[in-house]
Amino acid sequence: MVAESPTTYEAAAELLRSSAERRLRVRMRGGATKLSWGGAVADPDVELSTGGLDRIVEHNAGDLTAVLQAGLPIATAQRVFAEAGQRLSLDPPSGDGATVGGLVSSGDSGPLRHRYGAPRDLVIGVTAALGEGTVARAGGKVIKNVAGYDLAKLFSGSLGTLGAIVEVAVRLHPLPPATATLTARSDDPSSLAAAAARLAHASLELEALDVAWEEGSGTVLAGFGGATAAEQATAAGRLLFGSGTEAGVVTDDAPLWQRQRDRQRSPDGIALRISAVPSALEDVLRAADDVGGALVGRAALGLHWLTLAAADPAAAAATVARLRSSLAPAPCVVLDAPPAVREAVDVWGPIDEPTLALMRRVKRRFDPRAVCNPGCFVGGI
Amino acid sequence: MSAASLAARLEAVCGAEHVITHRHALQTYASDGLLQYSVAPAVAVLPGSADELRAVVRTCFEAGVPWVARGSGTGLSGGALPVSDGVLIVVSRLRRVIEVDLSNQRVVVEPGVTNTEISQAVAPTHFYPPDPSSQIVCSIGGNVAENSGGAHCLKYGFTTNYVMGLEVVLSDGELVTFGGKHSNSPGYDLAGAFVGSEGTLGVATQITLRVVPVPESVRTLVAFFAATDEAGQAVSDIVSAGIVPAAAEMMDQLAIEAAEGATHAGYPRDAGAALVVEIDGARTECAARFNQVVELCERNRATAIRVAGDEAERQLIWKARKSAFAAMGRVASHYYVQDGVIPRTRLPEVLRRIDELGHEYGMRVANVFHAGDGNLHPLICYDGADQAARAEELAGKILDVCVEAGGSITGEHGVGFDKKGYMPRMFSEPDLDAFQRLRCAFDPGGLANPGKVMPTPRLCGEVPGPYREHPLERAGVAERF
Repeated sequence: MVAESPTTYEAAAELLRSSAERRLRVRMRGGATKLSWGGAVADPDVELSTGGLDRIVEHNAGDLTAVLQAGLPIATAQRVFAEAGQRLSLDPPSGDGATVGGLVSSGDSGPLRHRYGAPRDLVIGVTAALGEGTVARAGGKVIKNVAGYDLAKLFSGSLGTLGAIVEVAVRLHPLPPATATLTARSDDPSSLAAAAARLAHASLELEALDVAWEEGSGTVLAGFGGATAAEQATAAGRLLFGSGTEAGVVTDDAPLWQRQRDRQRSPDGIALRISAVPSALEDVLRAADDVGGALVGRAALGLHWLTLAAADPAAAAATVARLRSSLAPAPCVVLDAPPAVREAVDVWGPIDEPTLALMRRVKRRFDPRAVCNPGCFVGGI
Repeated sequence: MSAASLAARLEAVCGAEHVITHRHALQTYASDGLLQYSVAPAVAVLPGSADELRAVVRTCFEAGVPWVARGSGTGLSGGALPVSDGVLIVVSRLRRVIEVDLSNQRVVVEPGVTNTEISQAVAPTHFYPPDPSSQIVCSIGGNVAENSGGAHCLKYGFTTNYVMGLEVVLSDGELVTFGGKHSNSPGYDLAGAFVGSEGTLGVATQITLRVVPVPESVRTLVAFFAATDEAGQAVSDIVSAGIVPAAAEMMDQLAIEAAEGATHAGYPRDAGAALVVEIDGARTECAARFNQVVELCERNRATAIRVAGDEAERQLIWKARKSAFAAMGRVASHYYVQDGVIPRTRLPEVLRRIDELGHEYGMRVANVFHAGDGNLHPLICYDGADQAARAEELAGKILDVCVEAGGSITGEHGVGFDKKGYMPRMFSEPDLDAFQRLRCAFDPGGLANPGKVMPTPRLCGEVPGPYREHPLERAGVAERF
């Protein structure tokens, strides 16, 4: 495998073009924290590292926007934004070195997704190197803009299969002056789900609304921000009277949320992302118990991460099948998994055929010679 | 195929009473909200169900005839302008609210449902945040096509942030599903690509939307200033204080004069700028933030501040702002609404430049401005249709100023027919080529809303790989040599 680290967007595009010419397969590499995500594929011929593209191109503090190169570590960007009292409101389980490009191309997210959305909601412009050697830009660097097709959304979560993201423009938000978290604990999935639903439907301004569940016991976490965060959390706690949960307010709450993020990953085992409807929370918690997994998730979004200890591939495949069947039609996507498990299961799960056919056409138009991360995406795209 | 035989086929699908071919009747549909352009379609058809709509699209495909989908026709970029030899598919009969699922905060609707009806369907506990000024009549199908925003999108986002699922009929009549009630579907974010594609990728027949709980508290004020610079500085100070208002709207003196004349909302006609600020959220937080806003307006020498004491007063404050476009009729017999975006911090220099351009052209320009997100609506006033070309030229110069400032040629009205010529000012040839790649994946035959968005007509070339039939081949209209 050849490793390349272009320092200009044009060089990245030229690398893709020349690789396509030679029928080589190129994998994009950021911080290598999610490199194995997607279907099992053979090692690529070329690895395009974004390490040479790691600058903050613009930080327009007054406009709450920034233009970032793909190889910039998220943590570095957040430190710079924090000096201006701002943040990029994406808090995936990033580990050290996870990059902006990796975050966008994986579409990963953390607890703040409850209020601020996924990468697709905060990326306002994208620049990508395409397989035929061009550099194309869509969107812009203003938060409101409807000129041209929204390719930033198409590229978000595309796992590098349409091209190499080399730069993104993002919307920023002010850092809240204070935070506080209301926690509600219960051993009963039904009570816990009901408590989460009460909070999700109340007129609250939540930063995040999470759930954690493991071995028959769990917690709902409602995060508040703002000058009156603790006051808001306390007031929200009153909504839980009679809910059968044990409530409390935590003001030094960063560790709670760090734990939620960390538990979305399973470095040595298996991590699945389940996207159910919010009202299925109780079923999801019971399904987690049923397969002996631990779960964290965004209660009001129905988006959960289930982690399991490593198992032999056949057993893991059976577990995934059982979850898909008991939670159908909720998509269950395998994210982290050892290579042997990845080969034994369809990590993406079923997709409606006409829709998949359209996705194939999109891939073929953007990357006709299939040079960009081929084979790892849905339906072997 | 002749228009008559096409109409006969469409009548078989939708019933004769829903197929319009008479040239006078077709005039009703010749323009959308942008009256500068007018093209009567060959046929207009009003399908009564998603199945009928799909059959209409398939009929067009088989005949190799282009088509344009139209919602309520309120768009301001000619996005629903018909093509003269094509079919206009009007979705206004598809107006069922299919499901209100409050336990999941979802609503499933047909495309002809109006924006306001969605909020009404989930009231009083929830609401649908995107609120274009035309919300009482504009259709959600049109909102999806245009990725509509509104006064509250600074805090709440745009249509694209609320569309969870779509059923879309592609130009070959194929029905595809993107997303659903859940948050994350495996594969490409085709819903994200479709929203805002201005009817060029297909037509949505069913839309699943997210709705949100109403805020506990809403506080609204309007502050008046001697000049737009001071109002602009107040907005900058509000943002710097870490406040994200639900809305921040600015009007300049000419816009105030027109709106006050029309609405009698009590805006002082001689004020240089009016700034409407709305803060919503938890009661305690809202009160703290609102007091900060009042203080920041005062610090920037607001000449008067009016705080809405109740919902009626709030509506009155908003009435002046929301009727600003229509009220321009009091200032001039004609006006042209521009829709550009700038980074908000560049406001003072951009307004000065617009003022200079107005003087250069001898035309009065009123400014209505979504101050929080930098979306500028200069209203170029002129008298007599013979001035239209000059007004449009001035409007184009204003867009150049926006692009030079790092902004965009459209924030919410779309490119449509009107602005496609401006696309190269913002996008390079490789950028436009990438757009075309998406379009070709969805609509290789170029039948869906042709002649919009892209600056020059483009065909979809073949891509390497196994042979695939071109739709015009399948339709027997073209053959391959």
